[in-house]
Amino acid sequence: MAMRDVDTDQIVPARFLKVIDKEGLGEHLFEDWRILPDGSPNSEFVLNRPEVQGAQILLAGSNFGCGSSREHAPWALMDWGVRAVISTSFADIFRNNAIKNGLLPVTVEAETHGELFGMVDRDPHAEVTIDLVSQTLSFGNEHAVGFPMDPFARLSLLEGVDQLGYLLSMEEKISAYEANHDGS
Amino acid sequence: MLSKIWSDHVVAQEPESPAVLYIDLHLIHEVTSPQAFTGLREAGRQVRRPDKTFATMDHSTPTLALDLNLVDKMAAAQVRQLRKNCAEFGVTLYDLDSDRRGIVHIIGAELGLTQPGMMIVCGDSHTSTHGAFGALAFGIGTSEVKHVLATQCLLQTKPNSFEVRVDGRMGPGVTAKDIILAVMAKVGVDGGIGYVFEYTGPAIRALDMEQRMTVCNMSIEAGARAGMIAPDDTTFEYLAGREYAPSGQAWETALRNWRQVATDEGAIYDRTVSLDTGELEPMITYGTNPSMGMPISDRIPTLNEFSDVNKRQSVEKALKYMDLEPGQRLLGHEIDVVFIGSCTNSRITDLRLAADLLDGRKVADGLRMLVVPGSQSVKRQAEAEGLHEIFLNAGAEWREAGCSMCLAMNGDELEAGQYGVSTSNRNYEGRQGKGGRSFLASPLTATASAIMGEITDPRTML
Repeated sequence: MAMRDVDTDQIVPARFLKVIDKEGLGEHLFEDWRILPDGSPNSEFVLNRPEVQGAQILLAGSNFGCGSSREHAPWALMDWGVRAVISTSFADIFRNNAIKNGLLPVTVEAETHGELFGMVDRDPHAEVTIDLVSQTLSFGNEHAVGFPMDPFARLSLLEGVDQLGYLLSMEEKISAYEANHDGS
Repeated sequence: MLSKIWSDHVVAQEPESPAVLYIDLHLIHEVTSPQAFTGLREAGRQVRRPDKTFATMDHSTPTLALDLNLVDKMAAAQVRQLRKNCAEFGVTLYDLDSDRRGIVHIIGAELGLTQPGMMIVCGDSHTSTHGAFGALAFGIGTSEVKHVLATQCLLQTKPNSFEVRVDGRMGPGVTAKDIILAVMAKVGVDGGIGYVFEYTGPAIRALDMEQRMTVCNMSIEAGARAGMIAPDDTTFEYLAGREYAPSGQAWETALRNWRQVATDEGAIYDRTVSLDTGELEPMITYGTNPSMGMPISDRIPTLNEFSDVNKRQSVEKALKYMDLEPGQRLLGHEIDVVFIGSCTNSRITDLRLAADLLDGRKVADGLRMLVVPGSQSVKRQAEAEGLHEIFLNAGAEWREAGCSMCLAMNGDELEAGQYGVSTSNRNYEGRQGKGGRSFLASPLTATASAIMGEITDPRTML
C-alpha cells in the first residue's frame, strides 16, 4: 500500500466505532477502500488480491496511521492478521497504540522502503523477515537492514511486559508525587 | 513551556524507559472508553482518581433531540455503557440531559477544568485544543485510557519543541481557522511528527481564548503531539469565575503559578516556522487531508508543482476522490451542505460570526445548513442572544450539542457525492459520510458559501 498519509478513518471508518469490545473489527478494515459502493469487493484494492491473503506484514506509505487516536485501527489490523507494518514514518498515537497491542511498527529509510516496494512488485509472494531481537529486517538475497526501536517498547513486545504492570509497580512514587502536589 | 510542564509532571524516569507522567485531568467520552473500563473490571481495579476524571457523551449522541431512540442501537448501547461505567467507578458524568454536556474539548475549557500548566489527556486526538491555556494536552489510545484510569499516570517519551510564529495583523474576513489552515498547508500533514507546537507572536497574542482553541485544536492535523500557547491575561480573564477554576486565595496562588508557565525569553526551539497574517486570505482545503489547503482565490495546484512523487500521487488521488481538476478555481464551485460545528469551530464567537453574516439573508435554495453548538451552554447562550432565530429564519437547522457531522457517527452525514463546506477539522475520504466530499473553512467562509450555494469569499459579503 504505497500511498502516503493513510489515516485511521480509512483503516476503520468511524461508523464502526460504536462497539464496546475489540472483537471482529478486521471485518471492517479499510472497508471503504475494500468494498465498492454497490457492495462488491474492489478487485483493484491491494488487500483484496488473492496473493496477499494470509500476509502478516503490511508495507505502507509514509505517515501511516495519521489522524484520529482510535485504537480500533491496530485492533482491526491485528484481527485481519497483520503482525507488523513497515513504513518510513508513523503517526505518534498510532505507533503507541500499535505497540500496546503487539503490532510492530517498523521504520525504514526511504531507500530500503523503495527496494521493498520494488521487490513485492516483481514478486508478490516475496518474503520479508522481521527479527525484533536483533532489530533487523531481511529480504531478497540475504539483504538485511537494521531498524530503530525504543528499548522499552522492544522489551515490552519481546517479553510481553504489561505497561500497566510497570505503572502499577510505581505506586509508591505516584503516592509521593500526589502528596507533594496536594489538591492540584 | 514544554520542558517546564513536562518536568513538573515526571513521577519517575528510569534509564532506557519512557517517563512516568502524572495526569492532572483525564477527560472521557463514550467511544474510546468502554474497553478500558472492561479492562479495569476484569482485573478488579478501581479508578485511582475519580476526582480528576470527567466524562461526557458527544461523538455518537443525537443532535435532532436528546433522545437515544434517534440513534442506532449500537450508538445507544455505547452511551448506556458509559453511564454504567461512570456509575460503577464513581466518575462524574455530564449525561445527555445535563446542562453541562457538550463536546468534550468544549466543556473542559468552559467549566474551567482546563488550566495553565496542567497535563491533560483524553482518548481523542483533538485534546490538543486544551493547549490554548498553556497546558500540555494530547490524545491517547484506549489502552492508555486504561493506564490513566488505574494509575493516573502515563508512559511517554518527551517530544521536541516546534515554534510556530505568527506575525502581522489579520485583515477583515480572516479568522483563527484561516491561520491554522495556512499553518497546515505550510508544515504539511506529517511535519509535526515527534513535536509539540508552540504558537507564538503578536497575531497569536491578539486572539481571544476561543480563537486560540481553534488554532491549537488542529495541531494534530500536522501530526504534532500537542499545540500550546503561553498563558497571559487573556487566559486568566477567561478562567476567572468558571465553575472549576480556583477562587479566593487559591485564585491568587494559581495566578502566581500560571505566570511562571510561559516559555522563557530567548528559549531555543528544536524547529521554527513563521507565518505573516498580513497577507493572509480566507483559506479553504481542496483535498483529502487538512494540509491540502490554499487561499480561497487561488487555483488548485497543478500536479507538476509537486516535486515529491509520493505527494503528487497523493494529491492526484485526492482530486480524483473530490472530482476536482488540478488548476481549477474553487470560488463558485457548487455545494450541497454547510456544517457549522465541531471542537474546532462551534463556540459562541463562531456562532456569532456566522449569525452576523446570515442576519437578514437566506440559505441558498436546496442547500442544507446544519448549525450544531459545541455544548448545551453554548446553545443556551446563543438562544439568549437570539442567534438561533437568525439561523432558523435563514433556513438553517439548529441542533443539540455534539460532534455531529464532523465524524458522522450519529446519523448526521453527507450523502455519497455531496459537497460540503465544513468548519470541522478533517476532510479525509468519507469522514463526514461515506462518499461525501469536504471543504474545510472558517465559519465566515462556510456561511457565505451557504448563502450563495457555492464556495464564496466572505470578504465580498462583509
